[in-house]
Amino acid sequence: MERNGREYALWSIAIAVVLIFALIPVLWLISISLKPPEAITDGRFIPSEVSFDNYKSLFEGGIDGSPFIKPLINSILIALTTTVISIVLASFAAYAIARLEFPGKRLILAGALAIAMFPPISTIGPLFDMWRALGIYDTYPGLIIPYLTFSLPLAIYALTAFFREIPWELEQAAQVDGATPFQAFTKVIVPLAAPGMFTAAILVFIFAWNDFLFAISLTSSDASRTVPAALAFFTGESSFTEPTGSIAAAAVVVTVPIIVFVLFFQRRIVSGLTAGAVKG
Amino acid sequence: MSEITLEGVTKVFADGSEAVKDMNLEIGDGEFMILVGPSGCGKSTALRMIAGLEDISSGEVKIGGDVVNDRAPKERDIAMVFQNYALYPHMTVRENMGFALKLAGVDKAEIDKKVEEAAKTLDLEQHLDRRPANLSGGQRQRVAMGRAIVRDPQAFLMDEPLSNLDAKLRVQMRTEVARLQSRLETTTVYVTHDQTEAMTLGDRVAVMRAGALQQVGTPAELYEQPVNLFVAGFIGSPAMNFMPAEVSGGRVNLPIGEADIPEGVGSGRDGKAVAGLRPESFEDAEMVGDLRDERGVVFEAEIDLVESLGSDLYAYFHVESGGVESDQLADLVEERLEETGVPEVREGQEQIVARLDPASKIKRGDTAKLWADTSKLHLFDAESGDRLRREGEGDRTGGERSEDGE
Repeated sequence: MERNGREYALWSIAIAVVLIFALIPVLWLISISLKPPEAITDGRFIPSEVSFDNYKSLFEGGIDGSPFIKPLINSILIALTTTVISIVLASFAAYAIARLEFPGKRLILAGALAIAMFPPISTIGPLFDMWRALGIYDTYPGLIIPYLTFSLPLAIYALTAFFREIPWELEQAAQVDGATPFQAFTKVIVPLAAPGMFTAAILVFIFAWNDFLFAISLTSSDASRTVPAALAFFTGESSFTEPTGSIAAAAVVVTVPIIVFVLFFQRRIVSGLTAGAVKG
Repeated sequence: MSEITLEGVTKVFADGSEAVKDMNLEIGDGEFMILVGPSGCGKSTALRMIAGLEDISSGEVKIGGDVVNDRAPKERDIAMVFQNYALYPHMTVRENMGFALKLAGVDKAEIDKKVEEAAKTLDLEQHLDRRPANLSGGQRQRVAMGRAIVRDPQAFLMDEPLSNLDAKLRVQMRTEVARLQSRLETTTVYVTHDQTEAMTLGDRVAVMRAGALQQVGTPAELYEQPVNLFVAGFIGSPAMNFMPAEVSGGRVNLPIGEADIPEGVGSGRDGKAVAGLRPESFEDAEMVGDLRDERGVVFEAEIDLVESLGSDLYAYFHVESGGVESDQLADLVEERLEETGVPEVREGQEQIVARLDPASKIKRGDTAKLWADTSKLHLFDAESGDRLRREGEGDRTGGERSEDGE
């Protein structure tokens, strides 16, 4: 009992340390975003005066005047499109890899892994030239394509593991019940692999949402610039003011969708969904 | 009409192994056909070929007269019950049972009606809105059956549907399956490794070994006229006792004595043979009365073990002999070892099980007088293991439907 108590205490301390370590910067960011410009450098953790001016400045001037609204829309559309395409393609690929024996299966998996490990920075130069030649520089597809390239291997890997765990008999039962292979996939396999698909979706979304490298290199205007890149172009209220407060406010705003996304999908990540399918 | 016909059906896997060899089988409309055999004999593969879950390497499968080789499972109008049930875990019992009808585009009211009918038959009404995870093993099994019967298909295919249940429930479900099938009169192919299930359920039973059909017949035919050592040893529990025999001039010399070859049993040519006697062909010599003078042999044996079940008394003893060697029996020994852990055939001596009258006073360690009814003797060729044939008797190996039924 005593030992349990001690263990409990130790665990609590460890968790507290990790939480503080992870959350202090976030709290600091929120704190800065709430300070008026003149108080930003006062070094106080809790703002002496709370002001929403930084947030207001982000959205002032509507879609044309604000430096933030258009990039936010770009970010949302690009990240969501990447996630949807990536998950659909990855689930087909992963299903084939998990269920079929075909020549070159190992090669595909190894290739996917190699691509995932490839340093993105080395593709920037060629992509910049190619995208300009193709006319997709500074467009949505110009960002979505490289995001897909790097997120697909990740998604395929995660989903293959999930599909492998689903008993094969379930699909056969569905086929005997009169389902086409595609129906068996969408009505039986996908619902059961849903936790895996949501996990993969979260990973892909965060990857696309957070990317700075491609966003800064392959865009040149608000036509397709995403928030991480747009932050770099923030200016203060006058050219002599540091934009620290606005950047902090923008950073807080872009964190919100991630949190919402994770919380929303976390509810669906119910483990043990396949329990009761087969005995043994 | 929904007969199922297999013509020369063969399955060769990618690694070259032959799971099913040239299988010919006719399953009549409404018939309950059992495929039985030890594990790995190809019975499940054969069933999966009928279902369309496994490609057919060569030969033809016909359902209701149409060749279905190239049809997908959904086009064959069959329902299958899987060994592990394969229920859809994300659906309720109702949805599980109605899934096939929903896919077929049947309207909702009709689905509900059929599902409720089936649920009533299977006593699942209170569980319709639960998910498989919240059901007991027996209930899951019934849902799997229900999923098959709501469809009213041309045939039911069942792959060891009861093997995941505990012993008591299995017996209970066995009678339920039998009742259901005889009421629905739907052609059924049922795969099992359990010979008791095979004998109690089937209209006819097809025994398989190593991918090849050994014998097809009614349970009684298999029991009384097994075509070879394998069928003889596989069907019946406890298993038939085997001992080496010497045939000469219409008489047979056994380790337990000499006897006339009974009428109706072929003797082949003189020489070595294998004799088989079922446990119930033995009796305590004291209990037989006048019969012992009429037929059979009386011999003495030291009793190794007595098991009294109340209704029966099993006495185990052994006879010294050169042993019976046969690949067919070797397969069985392995199978029995897996099931019971007791090897039935040992080297140098033959373990014999006798089923005696429960009133018998025989005890363990006794040297008892036993009587063997040799009119029930089976004789098999020592080399091939085939049943010895009477002169003029046609060749009747497995595959064909036996018409003579002698």
